[in-house]
Amino acid sequence: MENLLQQLVNGVAWGSIYALVALGYTMVYGVLKLINFAHGEVYMVGAMTGYYTARALGFAQEPSGLGLAVVLLAAMATCAALGATIERVAYRPLRHAPRLAPLITAIGVSLLLQNAGQLLLGADPKFFPPLVASREALRFGALAVSNIQLTVLATAVVLMAGLELVVMRTRVGRAMRAVAQDADAAALMGVPVDRIIQLTFLLGSALAGAAGILVGLSNPKIDPLMGLMPGLKAFVAAVLGGIGSIPGAMLGGLLLGVVETLVAGYLSSTYRDAIAFVILIAILLYRPSGLFGAAQQEKV
Amino acid sequence: MRARSALALAALVAALALLEWGAPRLLNPYYLTIATRIGVAIIAAVSLQLVSGFTGQFSIGHAGFMAVGAYASAALSVYFGGGWLAALADVLPGGLARALYFPLPLLAGGALAALAGLLVGIPALRLRGDYLAIATLGFGEIIRVVILNVDAVGGARGFALSAPGVDLRYEDLGALYAVVVVSVAVMARLAYSSAGLAFRAVREDEIAAESIGVPTTRVKVLAFALSSFFAGVAGALFAHSEGYIHTNSFSFVRSFEIMVFVVLGGLGSISGAVVAASVLTAAPELLRGFGELRMIIYALGLIAVMILRPQGLMGSRELDPRPWLARWRRRDAAARA
Amino acid sequence: MVRTARCARWLSIGVLAAGVALGCGPRKGEGGAAAAKDPIRVGHFASLTGDTATFGQSADRGIRMAVAEVNAAGGVLGRPIEVITEDDRSVTEEARTAAQKLIQRDQVVALLGEVASSRSLAAAPEAQRAGVPMISPASTNPKVTEVGDAIFRTCFIDPFQGAVMARFAFDDLKARRVAILFDFKQDYSVGLADFFRKTFQQLGGQIVADERYTSGDIEFRAQLTTIRGANPDAIFVPGYYTEVGLIAKQARELGIRVPLLGGDGWDSEKTLEIGGAAVEGDYFSTHYAADSDDPQVAAFVKRYQEQNGQVPDAMAALGYDAARILADALARAGKTDGPALRDAIASTKDFAGVTGRITIDPSRNAVKDAVVLKIDNGRFRYHRTVSAQ
Repeated sequence: MENLLQQLVNGVAWGSIYALVALGYTMVYGVLKLINFAHGEVYMVGAMTGYYTARALGFAQEPSGLGLAVVLLAAMATCAALGATIERVAYRPLRHAPRLAPLITAIGVSLLLQNAGQLLLGADPKFFPPLVASREALRFGALAVSNIQLTVLATAVVLMAGLELVVMRTRVGRAMRAVAQDADAAALMGVPVDRIIQLTFLLGSALAGAAGILVGLSNPKIDPLMGLMPGLKAFVAAVLGGIGSIPGAMLGGLLLGVVETLVAGYLSSTYRDAIAFVILIAILLYRPSGLFGAAQQEKV
Repeated sequence: MRARSALALAALVAALALLEWGAPRLLNPYYLTIATRIGVAIIAAVSLQLVSGFTGQFSIGHAGFMAVGAYASAALSVYFGGGWLAALADVLPGGLARALYFPLPLLAGGALAALAGLLVGIPALRLRGDYLAIATLGFGEIIRVVILNVDAVGGARGFALSAPGVDLRYEDLGALYAVVVVSVAVMARLAYSSAGLAFRAVREDEIAAESIGVPTTRVKVLAFALSSFFAGVAGALFAHSEGYIHTNSFSFVRSFEIMVFVVLGGLGSISGAVVAASVLTAAPELLRGFGELRMIIYALGLIAVMILRPQGLMGSRELDPRPWLARWRRRDAAARA
Repeated sequence: MVRTARCARWLSIGVLAAGVALGCGPRKGEGGAAAAKDPIRVGHFASLTGDTATFGQSADRGIRMAVAEVNAAGGVLGRPIEVITEDDRSVTEEARTAAQKLIQRDQVVALLGEVASSRSLAAAPEAQRAGVPMISPASTNPKVTEVGDAIFRTCFIDPFQGAVMARFAFDDLKARRVAILFDFKQDYSVGLADFFRKTFQQLGGQIVADERYTSGDIEFRAQLTTIRGANPDAIFVPGYYTEVGLIAKQARELGIRVPLLGGDGWDSEKTLEIGGAAVEGDYFSTHYAADSDDPQVAAFVKRYQEQNGQVPDAMAALGYDAARILADALARAGKTDGPALRDAIASTKDFAGVTGRITIDPSRNAVKDAVVLKIDNGRFRYHRTVSAQ
C-alpha cells in the first residue's frame, strides 16, 4: 500500500512537468492544427538556459529563492523568444501549404536544435545547479515526498492557473480562442490572426521553458537530447486531455505521469515509453476528443 | 510495342548481370555498401510513397515495419535457413543454391511485416492526418521495444546473421538491385492500376470517395499492408546485406528520414521518391568531410526545401522520358525535312 | 537532332567515366609506397553525435592526446601518426560504413573503435576482411574479439567484471540479497548484469529484484520504489555515469540506505557531480584509481584537464591507452602492414597504461587487474585490487 502511494506521488510530480509542456502543444494545435514537434527542444533550451544563467550569475553554488526566480524568468523569456522565432521563420511561410509540409519542417527544426545543441553545448550531460535544497518535506511511514517535488507541483499549478486566467478572462485570451475556433471568421472580425498566433507560441514556449527549469530541479541531469521523448509524451498527454483544452492538458499530463510510473513500477520499465503511445492509440480510437475536448463534427 | 518492351527487359537483365559481375571488381567495399544502402532506401521510400503519397495516409512509423522484416528474415535464416541453404548447396551449384534461397527470407520478412501492417492499420486507420502520424510513430516505437525484449534475436546485443558453416550474407549487388527493380516495378504497377485510382480517390477526398462506393477503409488497409510488405522486404534486404542488425537502426529518426525522401521527392511521385532516396542516402557520405555539421546541414536543407518548394521535387508527376523522346523525334524529322 | 544525340552521347560517356573514376578509388595495397615522412594514418570511428555522443567524444579526445604526445616525441618509425576520426552518429550500420571509408578511402593501417559493442560488432568483420587490425578501447561483449584474429580490445570483458563485483558484494560486503537495476538498451549493462547475476547466484546469493531502465531516462523512482519494497542488502547498477548519479540521488530521496555497486561505466566526474552526497559509500570496479600513486596516471589526469577543461572519464583513459598501445605495437612491428602489426599487438605484454598494466591474451582481450573504488568524502578512493587471475 505504501508502495502504491509512493508511486502515485512520484507519478503526480512527474506528470506535472508533462502538463506544462502539454499546454504548449495544445495551444498551438488549437490555433494552427499543427503538431509542433520542436516543442520538446524548446523545453530543452529552457533547461540549458537555466543552467548557464545560474552559473553566470553565481547562483550555482547554493540554493536560493531569488536564484530560482531569476533563472525561471530568464528561461521563460528565452524560450518565448525562441518559440516566436520558430513560428515566424519556419511555420508562417507554410501556413497554406499541404498538411505534411509544416510537420516535416517541425521535424527539421527539432533535429536542428538537437544537433546544434550537441555541437554548441557539448553532448555530455550537465548537472543542473541545486537552486532548491533537496529535503524531505513530508513523511508518512515509508512514503517520502521531497520539497522539490512539492515545489514542482506548486509552480506548475500556479503557471497553469495563470494561463487559464489569461485565456479565459482577458481580451487577448478571447482572441486566441476565436482563432482556434475559426481563424478566417476571427480575421473577418478584426482579430490580428498573425499576432495572436505568435502570442500563442510565445506563451506555450514560455511554459515549456518553465518545465525545463522544473525538471532541472527534480531530475538534475540535462543534455541536448533530453527533449525528444518528453516532447512526444507531452503531446500524448495533450491528446489524452482533449487537444485544444487547457484543463485537459493539465489533467492529461498528470494522468500520463501516474500511468507511466505505475507501469514502470509494477509491470516493467521496458514499456515506460511504449505505454504513452498505447494510451494515445486507445484514446484516439475510443474517445478521440479526449477527456475534456468537444466532439468534433466532420464537415462534409 | 511488344518488341520494344521485350528489348527493354533484356537490357535490364543485362544491366543487372553486369552489375553482379562488375560491381565487386570495380567498386571497393565502401561504395558497394553505399550502393546497397541506396537500394534499401529506394524500396523503403517507394513503399511509403504508396501509403502516404498515393493514399494520403501519413505514416511515420515505417522503420518499425522494416525492423519486423529485418528481424523476421534474419531469424528465419539463422534458425532454419542455414540448414536449407546447406541442403540446396549439396545438390545445386553454389551460386544457384544461393539465388534460389534468397527470395525466401525476403518474402518471409515482407509477409510478417504485412501482418504487422494489418494489425497496426486496422485500428490506426480510423484516425486522420496528424493523429495517424503520431499513432504510427507510436507503433514504430512499440514494435522496437518488443523486439528489444526478444532474447532469441539478441535484444540489446544485436543479432548476427551467422550460422555454422554457411554464409548467410548477400552482398551481390546484382541480386540486390534485381529485388529493388522488381519491387519498384510492382509498386508502380499497383499505383497506376485501378487499385491505385482507388488509393488516390481516398487521398483526394475520402468522404466523396466513400459516397461513390469506394470501400475506403478496405482501400486504406490494403495500401497499408502493401506498404508494410515492401518495407519488410527492404528490412530483410538490409539485414542480409549488413550481416548484423540492432534495433537502434530502426528508430524514429530512420522513419523520419524515409518520410523526408518521400516528401522531398514529391508526394505522389514514384520516380521522385527514387531520386530523393538515392541522393539523400549518398549525400551524408559525400558530406562526411563536414563531420559534426552534417546533421545540421541536413536539417537546415530540409527546412529550406520545405519553405521554398513544399511540393517537393516532382510534385505528383513522374519522370517520364516519353515526351522528350517524342520531341526529339519531331526535331529529328524536322531537321531531316 | 544530330547535335542533341552527340550531346547525349558525350554526356553519358562523361557520366560513366566520372562514375568509374569515383568508384575505382585506390584499393588496399595499390597506393604505392608511402614516402618516409608521410604520416601513418590511423582511423578512429566513434559516435561523435547521436545519443551516445558523450562517450565517442571522450574516447576521441583521449586518442588524440595520446597521438599528439607520440608525435611530439618524434612519432613512430620516424613518421608522425595522423588520426582520422569518422562519426557513426551512434547508429549501428554507420559504424560499418565509417570503418569502410577509413579502410578504403583513407587507407588507414589500423582502426581504433568503438565504445559500444554493437557498433564494434558491425565494423569488425570489415576490418577482419581487409586485414586491418582493429583495437576497441571499451567494448566489453566477448563476441567482439571472436570475429577474427585482427580484432583486439584493451578493456575488460563482461564475464570478468561482472564476476568481480558479484564476489565483492558477497565476500566483502557480505551481501546475500541484491537487487539489480540495469540499462536494458545498452549491451554493456545487459552483459554486466547477466554475469553478475550468474556469479552471485552461483556463490549462493539471491537476486531479490531485477529492474530495468533505458539510457536517457531521468526518472527512476518507479523502479526504485519497487526495489525498496524488496529490501535488498545492496543494489547493483551496472550502468553509465550518465544515469548513475540521478539513480543514486533518487534512491536516497526515497529512503534507500544500502550501498550501490557498479562497473567501470561509473568512472567519471559526472557521477560525483550529479550524485553528490547520494553516492557516498558506494563502490564500483574500474581500471585504475585516479588517486593512485602512479605518477603516470596523475600526469595524464593533469594534462588532460589542462587541454580539455575536464577530468578524464574512463572512455578518455581507455582511448588514450588504446592509441598508445597501437603506437607501441607499430614501433615493435617495424612496419605498417597488417599481419606484422597484428602480431605485434597480439604480443603486447605488461604495457604500462594509465588504465593498468595491460597484456593481450590469446583471445585478444586485455588481461589487467580491476580495482574497486569507494566513493568517500566526495572523491573516488582506492579500496582494493582484484587480480586478473
